[in-house]
Amino acid sequence: MANPDLGQRDLQAAATSHRGDRIFNRVVTGAAFTALLVLAGIAVFLGIQVIPAFQSQGLSFLTSTGWDINTDPPTAGIFGMLYGSLLIAGIGLVIGTPVALLLSIFLVFIAPPRVSRILTNFIDLMAAIPSVILGLWAFYILNSQAQVWQELLNQYLGWIPIFQNDSGNFQGTPFIAGFVLAIMMIPIVTSVTREVLGRTPPELINASEALGCSMWTMLRYVALPYGRGGIVGGIMLGLGRALGETVAVFFVLKIVFDTNWYHVIESGGGSVATLIVSRFGEVSGAFELNLLLAAGFFLFLGTLIVNVIANLIVTRTGRLQK
Amino acid sequence: MSTSEFEEIIVLEEQLIEAEATAPRPVELAAQDVSVWFGKRKVLEGVSIDFPKNTVTALIGPSGCGKSTFIRTLNRLHELIPGAALAGQVVYEGQDIYSKDVDPVHIRLKIGMVFQKPNPFPSMTIRGNVLSGLKLSGMKRSGHDEIVEETLTKAGLWKEVKDRLNHAAGDLSGGQQQRLVIARALAVNPHVLLMDEPCSALDPASTLKIEETIRDLSSSVTIVIVTHNMQQAVRVADNTAFFLASENEPGHVVEQGVTTDIFGNPQDQRTLDYVNGRFG
Ligand SMILES: Nc1ncnc2c1ncn2[C@@H]1O[C@H](COP(=O)(O)OP(=O)(O)OP(=O)(O)O)[C@@H](O)[C@H]1O
Ligand SMILES: [Mg+2]
Repeated sequence: MANPDLGQRDLQAAATSHRGDRIFNRVVTGAAFTALLVLAGIAVFLGIQVIPAFQSQGLSFLTSTGWDINTDPPTAGIFGMLYGSLLIAGIGLVIGTPVALLLSIFLVFIAPPRVSRILTNFIDLMAAIPSVILGLWAFYILNSQAQVWQELLNQYLGWIPIFQNDSGNFQGTPFIAGFVLAIMMIPIVTSVTREVLGRTPPELINASEALGCSMWTMLRYVALPYGRGGIVGGIMLGLGRALGETVAVFFVLKIVFDTNWYHVIESGGGSVATLIVSRFGEVSGAFELNLLLAAGFFLFLGTLIVNVIANLIVTRTGRLQK
Repeated sequence: MSTSEFEEIIVLEEQLIEAEATAPRPVELAAQDVSVWFGKRKVLEGVSIDFPKNTVTALIGPSGCGKSTFIRTLNRLHELIPGAALAGQVVYEGQDIYSKDVDPVHIRLKIGMVFQKPNPFPSMTIRGNVLSGLKLSGMKRSGHDEIVEETLTKAGLWKEVKDRLNHAAGDLSGGQQQRLVIARALAVNPHVLLMDEPCSALDPASTLKIEETIRDLSSSVTIVIVTHNMQQAVRVADNTAFFLASENEPGHVVEQGVTTDIFGNPQDQRTLDYVNGRFG
């Protein structure tokens, strides 16, 4: 296929021969590349910070947990924070996803159109609540409620290791941080899944109705498989949001430099974003600042990886059901 | 046995066969004085049609006269539309399908439906589609392989797909998809098959194939088919009912009877006009 036939004519040039189109093309392409450039700029800026951090801390910056800047030599490790970010985002996912799914099923298949429209608006408004407000609300109002829930969880399900609590302190737990994240994820995940489920082709719904299937089986075998890719994408989008969330978590999570592996209703946990914001105001100098920015790089990397995985899942879900 | 006796028996047998062919078949499904509303709007009034066992009945009439609406009342799909209402009875197996103790799922399995637009489940394989009715309704039937072969054969698709049962149903042509959908409907062993313009999205060759399928099926299944194609009604239907809705008036049956009468010797002027393509 090396040389095109001499008789072939250049259709591409003809297709873009309109001058306005050409200019518009360039503007759009330029804008797209600008976005890429900004992304690359951030990555490089943060990436550079990693070098001195590793020079002073070595790999233990990633594998240990601690933040002792005033000792000599100063030691810092963000493992507990990285893990904590994943843990609370995971808790948010576990609480938020079922709610978002049920909510969108209700909006699409059950609620009368009017109710559905109104409710959708409210849920979208939820996404617009600034996270600092949500954080304040969680701190002043949710905290004491959540204390009761956690005590009940501990009382009745305490035999499950994750619901153990030895200290009797139920404040600033990963659970409540995850709960706040769930509240932030629900509108995002709901709006995507609602959109996706709403696009279930009516012919397929017809088909399943005519085969005598219940709402539940229709959802299970028709609507959910049809929207699977989009739904997973929506969940990942929510996860990305949760990983990066800073202020709201800052208000409710007690940061401790000790990895809280799975005691989700035990006081104290970690999160990279919260570490950064909590130290940033009183940073001791260039050295600590560099460590914080290096931590930021790994947060950035984490969210990037989540998004890549999301894309992979979305593209791989076209598979057939047997 | 003498020859004359023998001949007598043959004559008797012939008479018997003839009698069987012309004897009125038992009614499998019957609409009795059915009226239908969408919200406050009445779209059908007083429709009564008998569907004898193992016959094909065509429903014809201009667009918007309520044929689809009517056919959807026959297996309780109509009630799934918000605001839908109904009066009258639909009797199946001697019982009104709308009475309280009847399970709509049972009805929809016994009275299957094929839609205008082929609607196989795109995320399932061909085989998966045929068996999907069993899966979706939770119905248990053993011998899945036999069911797949038998129903695809009945639907006239087996030869074309037998080597690619595990391919996506979406890869089939429109006509093949429609036959797949028929196979899917047959897999749950329905007694009645409702078809709403099953060929209107298909090319002439596929249409003929489906008509052939319908004729074959009619020996074991009672079929109700909506069609805008007069030749099709003549080709496949034993009986025909002509629906009409005038302005601001709900649709109703103008005339019904044996297909050859409706097309060859209609009693109503409007039927005559319609079957001759003079309106609608
Ligand atoms: N879901 C619905 N809500 C309200 N009105 C409806 C609905 N479906 C159908 N109708 C109305 O009921 C009447 C009958 O419609 P129907 O679809 O049964 O006609 P049809 O005879 O099948 O027409 P066609 O030949 O075009 O398919 C029409 O006036 C239509 O506007
Ligand atoms: Mg119709």
